[in-house]
Amino acid sequence: MKSLDHLRETMRRDRVFDFMMPRIAFDPDLDTRHGPILYLEDVTVSFDGFKALNGLTLYIDDGELRCIIGANGAGKTTMMDVITGKTRPDSGSVYFGQRIDLLRRSETDIAQGGIGRKFQKPTVFESHSVYENLELAMASNKDVWPTLFARLSGAERDRIDEVLQTIGLGAESRRPAGLLSHGQKQWLEIGMLLMQNPRVLLVDEPVAGMTGQEAERTAELLTSLAGEHSVVVVEHDMEFVRSIARKVTVLHEGSVLAEGSMTEVQSDTRVIEVYLGE
Amino acid sequence: MLLTRFMHSDRGGSILLGLLLLAAILVPLLNLAVPESSPLHLPTYTVTLMGKYLCYALLALALDLVWGYCGILSLGHGAFFALGGYAMGMHLMRQVGDRGVYGNPELPDFMVFLNWQELPWYWYGFDMFWFAVLMVLLIPGLLAFVFGWFAFRSRVTGVYLSIMTQALTFALMLAFFRNEMGFGGNNGLTDFKDILGFSLQADSTRIGLFLASVIALAGGYLACRFIVNSKFGRVIVAIRDAETRTRFVGYQVERYKLWLFVFSAVLAGIAGALYVPQVGIINPGEFAPLNSIELAIWVAVGGRGTLYGAAAGALLVNYAKTYLTAAMPEVWLFALGALFVLVTILLPKGIIGLLQRRREGSA
Ligand SMILES: Nc1ncnc2c1ncn2[C@@H]1O[C@H](COP(=O)(O)OP(=O)(O)OP(=O)(O)O)[C@@H](O)[C@H]1O
Ligand SMILES: [Mg+2]
Repeated sequence: MKSLDHLRETMRRDRVFDFMMPRIAFDPDLDTRHGPILYLEDVTVSFDGFKALNGLTLYIDDGELRCIIGANGAGKTTMMDVITGKTRPDSGSVYFGQRIDLLRRSETDIAQGGIGRKFQKPTVFESHSVYENLELAMASNKDVWPTLFARLSGAERDRIDEVLQTIGLGAESRRPAGLLSHGQKQWLEIGMLLMQNPRVLLVDEPVAGMTGQEAERTAELLTSLAGEHSVVVVEHDMEFVRSIARKVTVLHEGSVLAEGSMTEVQSDTRVIEVYLGE
Repeated sequence: MLLTRFMHSDRGGSILLGLLLLAAILVPLLNLAVPESSPLHLPTYTVTLMGKYLCYALLALALDLVWGYCGILSLGHGAFFALGGYAMGMHLMRQVGDRGVYGNPELPDFMVFLNWQELPWYWYGFDMFWFAVLMVLLIPGLLAFVFGWFAFRSRVTGVYLSIMTQALTFALMLAFFRNEMGFGGNNGLTDFKDILGFSLQADSTRIGLFLASVIALAGGYLACRFIVNSKFGRVIVAIRDAETRTRFVGYQVERYKLWLFVFSAVLAGIAGALYVPQVGIINPGEFAPLNSIELAIWVAVGGRGTLYGAAAGALLVNYAKTYLTAAMPEVWLFALGALFVLVTILLPKGIIGLLQRRREGSA
C-alpha cells in the first residue's frame, strides 16, 4: 500500500520531483506574514501502537510566549521531538514559517536553521567551562574545517559576554559547567539557546528543581526573550505558568484539549475534569 | 616562538618534547661517537628497541585522540598500524631486487616459492618510495573512512563499536594469513636489505630510523595538541560527554567523528611504517585482536585524554614487557591483566592522573 502511494506521488505530473526542488534556505525564506511561525497540523506519533500524539494541531505565532501544560505523558516532550526532527511522525505536517517543511530536515539543519531547544533534563557540556559552552553553541559555520581553524572575533566575544550577563553567570564563566548548581545549568542551557540566535525557543520544564527565587528569575528571563523570539514553554508548575503565561495550551492524551488565557483555561470544565480538578 | 606560546600551558607535553629532543641528541652520540669499549656506549640493539617504543607511543597517541577525547574506544587500531607496516614492508621487499634467495629481480621470494609468474597488480608502484609513503597514509585512512562512514552514520557507539573494530582487525588477520592474498601468508614480509639505498644493518641507518621515529612522535604530538586545543577539539569532547546535545547545538557529529577517526588511523599507519624497518618483519600477527586490546591498556595505564599520558603509558608498559618477557615469560600476560584491572579500579585517570593528584595535594 505504502509503495503504491509512493509510486503515485512520484508519477504526479503537476509538480517536479522532490529531489529536483531547490532547497529552501532557512533564514531569508522564513515567511511569517500570516502570523504563525510554527504550524503543526494533524500530527500523529505512535510508539508500538500507543499514540503519544493523536491528531495534534497547534500554531505558534511569531514572537509570542506560549505555555503548554498537560499531565505526565500527555505528549509535550514528544511534540518538541517532532518539531526538532528527533522523532518523525506517522502522519501530519510540520512547517516552519509557511514554506519550510521540517519533516524533511535533519536535526542539525533544524537546529542551525533557527529552532533551539532546551531539554527536560538539563544537559550542558560538563567538562567545558561556561564560556566554552556558550562558544560551542554560538551560531557560526559548524562544518569540520572552519571549526578546526576557528578563532573568536571581537564581536563574538562581545556576544558571549552579553549572553553571560543575560543569564546571570558572568562570575562563573571560567568554571566547568559540571560544577554549576541545577538552576545555573538550566540558565546556561537557555544561554546556549540564545547563542544560536534562534527564532523559536522550545523550553522543556525550565524550573524543575529550582528554588522559588531561581524560578522567579527564570520567569523574568523568559518573558524578556519573547517578542524578539517566539518562546514555547512546557511546564508543570502552575504557579510559574500563571506568572508568565499570556496564552496557554492544554494537551491531553496527545491532542489539544483547550487553548486560551490562563483564566479561560482554568474555568474550562473539561480541563478541570482531566487535569486541574484532581 | 609560536611553539613556546603554543606549549605554554601544556607542562606534560613540554616535558615529553624536551625528553624527545634530549634523546635525539644523546642517542646518536652515545651510539656512534662513544667507542664500544666504553661503559657509556649505547648498543645498536637498544637504539632499535627505543625506536620501536617510540612507534608504539605514536600509536598510543592516535588511540588516545579518538578514545580519550571523543569516547570512541577503537579496539582495531592495530589494524591501521599493521596496514601502514605492510605498505612499508612491500616497498622494502621490492627494494631487495635480485638479492633474494631465488635471485628473481621482479618477484619477492615468497611469490617465487608459490610458483607465481608475475607480480600481482596491487604490488605495482611499491618499488617507488614516494608511492609507498603515499600508500602508508592512504590505505589506513581509506579503510578508516569506509568503516567510519558506515559505523558512525548508523550511529553505532560504545561497546558495539569496539566489538566491530575487533571484528575488523580479526577479519584482516585471517585474510593476511592466506597465501593467495599475496602478502607472504603467515610468514609475512621479511629479509629486508635496505631503505633509500642505506643498508638496514648499518648502525647509522638504525640511528636514522630512530631519529625519524622521534620526529614522527613529536610531530604527531603537536598535530594532536593543535587539534584538541582548537574549537574542533572542544566539539569532539562535547560529543564524548553529550552526543545528542552536540547534534542539537548544530554540529554534524558523524562528520566530526569520521574525520577524527581517519586522522587517527593515518597516524597509526605512520607508526606502523616506521616500526617495520626497525624490527625487520611484518606478519599477520600484528593484526591480532589482542594487540589492539593491549594498546588500549597502554593508554589506560598512562592516562587517557592527556596525549602525553598515552605516550608515557606506551613507553612504560612496553619497557616492563621487554623486561618481564625476558625474565619471566610466563608471567607477562597475567601481569598485563592485573595492571589493567588495577588501573581501571584504582587509577581511572592513569599514572598521569596520579601525578596530578600528588601535585595538587602537595601544593
Ligand atoms: N521513545 C518512546 N518509546 C515508547 N514510548 C514513548 C517514547 N517516548 C515517549 N513515549 C510515551 O509517549 C507518551 C508521551 O510522552 P512525553 O514524554 O511526550 O510526555 P510528556 O507530556 O512530556 O510527559 P512529562 O510531563 O512526564 O514529561 C508517554 O506515555 C511515554 O511513555
Ligand atoms: Mg516531558
